[in-house]
Amino acid sequence: MSAFKDPFDADSSLTSGCSCGRHHSAAAHQADLAGETSDSEILGNRVVEAAVMRALFPHDATRRRFLNAVGASTAMAAIATFFPLGTAKEAFAQSGKLEKTSLKVGFIPITCATPIIMSQPMGFYARQGLNVDVVKTAGWAVIRDKTLNKEYDAAHMLSPMPIAITLGAGANAIPYTVPAIENINGQAITLAIKHKDKRDPKSWKGFKFAVPFDYSMHNYLLRYYLAEHGLDPDKDVQIRSVPPPEMVANLRADNIDGFLAPDPVNQRAVYDGVGYIHTLTKDIWAGHPCCAFAASREFVTKMPNTYRALLKAIMEATAFASKPENRKQIAEAIAPANYLNQPVTVIEQVLTGTFADGLGNVRKEPNRIDFDPFPWHSFAIWIMSQMKRWGQIKGNVDYAKVAREVFLATDAAKLMKEVGMRPPTTTSKKFSVMGKEFDPAKPDAYIASFAIKRT
Amino acid sequence: MSRLLNWRAPALSLIVFLLMIGAWHVLTLPKLSQQTVNPEYAALVGAEAATGQKSAFPSPADVGGKIVEHLREPFYDRGPNDKGIGIQLGYSVARVLVGYLLAALVAIPVGFLIGMSPTVYRALDPYIQVLKPISPLAWMPLALFTLKDSSISAIFVIFICSLWPMLINTAFGVASVRREWLNVARTLEVGALRTAFRVILPAAAPTIMTGMRISIGIAWLVIVAAEMLVGGTGIGYFVWNEWNNLSITNILTAILAIGLVGMLLDLMLAKLTRLVTFPE
Repeated sequence: MSAFKDPFDADSSLTSGCSCGRHHSAAAHQADLAGETSDSEILGNRVVEAAVMRALFPHDATRRRFLNAVGASTAMAAIATFFPLGTAKEAFAQSGKLEKTSLKVGFIPITCATPIIMSQPMGFYARQGLNVDVVKTAGWAVIRDKTLNKEYDAAHMLSPMPIAITLGAGANAIPYTVPAIENINGQAITLAIKHKDKRDPKSWKGFKFAVPFDYSMHNYLLRYYLAEHGLDPDKDVQIRSVPPPEMVANLRADNIDGFLAPDPVNQRAVYDGVGYIHTLTKDIWAGHPCCAFAASREFVTKMPNTYRALLKAIMEATAFASKPENRKQIAEAIAPANYLNQPVTVIEQVLTGTFADGLGNVRKEPNRIDFDPFPWHSFAIWIMSQMKRWGQIKGNVDYAKVAREVFLATDAAKLMKEVGMRPPTTTSKKFSVMGKEFDPAKPDAYIASFAIKRT
Repeated sequence: MSRLLNWRAPALSLIVFLLMIGAWHVLTLPKLSQQTVNPEYAALVGAEAATGQKSAFPSPADVGGKIVEHLREPFYDRGPNDKGIGIQLGYSVARVLVGYLLAALVAIPVGFLIGMSPTVYRALDPYIQVLKPISPLAWMPLALFTLKDSSISAIFVIFICSLWPMLINTAFGVASVRREWLNVARTLEVGALRTAFRVILPAAAPTIMTGMRISIGIAWLVIVAAEMLVGGTGIGYFVWNEWNNLSITNILTAILAIGLVGMLLDLMLAKLTRLVTFPE
């Protein structure tokens, strides 16, 4: 209990004594303990105060002399003027009161949203004391507007979207955050069945492709893939933005030749016999981020406890989803009409990675989709490098600063630890995309190294 | 002879219906295919894809079965994103009525004003002509941005699309009230307000009602598209959600329901129109 004693009590010692140092005997300590406050909030506050006092007065004698001279309340006020005790206490209040328990979280019906969706039927939100309505939304522009309107408290977004919103590209600049990545991998390039012999990207000149949104990993990965094969994504092919649910219908109608899309769209195209899976995106960049759990900075700062509870639910769900043995159960929970509205087998093939490829083969790729919530700053920097490469943002960008502000790696690491995951110790790492290494410390040199670019 | 004619039309209707269903049935008969794949693969894909085809258009029997299924349970509620077709239709009708009535509240008084004063008519005409042909859905992004609420935005879209026909018809009806009637009212020294309510309104009522009937038709057309765009609730969202699932049977069911409700709304307005028409 030594962390819980009142550090503003001049008569107590913070470092020695009985088990807490305030009593002469263990019995007296026990007797006092019974009457001691059990309010966790007050105890929490004391821990913070004690820590601050200990830091300010390493020698107990000095602290006592100081307190005796000025009195406890004056001391507290004096310290509060130069050290934000209130903020520190708030930050420590881990199980503080929820500011709001009924929340609305928007999602697009794709498997990237798995942790957000499954938390509802599988009770991860309820366990945190939250009553969350997950609301299916028609498209990315609508989900963005509804979140900016505060109709949604938080939402499923493409991971480049919060960066774009923060930078003010394609929207008014509003500080946005990514407290967790929803999923890694899990996308694919699907082509119409009539192109089943055109496996070489060089023969794709004149193709019409669909991606879910301009500010999406899908757009950047498709452009990257095409450019690496010598096709200029702006001149040799046409890339248009089509909401995922409409992609298969468009592929079927011959409106497009293929798409780089989230699942279940790819698998659904195979299921309906209209397309085949050309390549999984994990073969372009193994472990790339895709969708994000996004919230406005306002929500994060104004409702810290609710934000924390919500994020914890997402983290627990992500941890659960990252285990392959749980995937079948998840597929069954999220396939019904209230969520993804797809045949269970389609979702199961996506999540388990044992799937029909549309050409008559059954492929087994257990990490076709995977779940790792850590928002690496280097992911954000890569995304910004591609935004700049394709002319979506101009001028000088402070990559590291934006990455730090939008991708909340510290919060994610803390909560990952709590739910039993092992977060990495750094926030930046090198990785390679199609065999080419990306160094997050030198994004501008990376952009300059490409032959096809719009800068 | 007249009795013969009485049953002739329904019989013809029935024959057309049967022919349509018959043709539909024949066109959607399952095709036989030689191509076979291994059973492990076949288990992972749809029935048509397993034989090397694209998934087929549903047959009349499939759609009929789906309709029965929906009729058996029209008001189920399995969470915010999965509600029965009856509830969805209810949401759409409610939205249409709110937007439509708000539009009537604005359009009829303003139309009156425009119709009664040639100056106001000429002053406002350019605006009306520019605003009238704008597709109501084009207002949607603007509405979402400014009103900051998707359900109010949907109502606003209904409001804006039902406004113009009512406004123009009211103005036209009021402007074309016979001069003689107005002159008679003037000779009898009837006050302006009384003239408006006792002479002009009854005279213009049939034209106004025609405008209202056109408006409700347009409003019902637009609500489906608007709800497909914003999602959430309503029959438009239902169609979008089933499109997402590529479920043509559900979409056909919804199309039928949309048609029937649209017809009912139109019939109601037609009845009201008949109430205010007068023989000359």
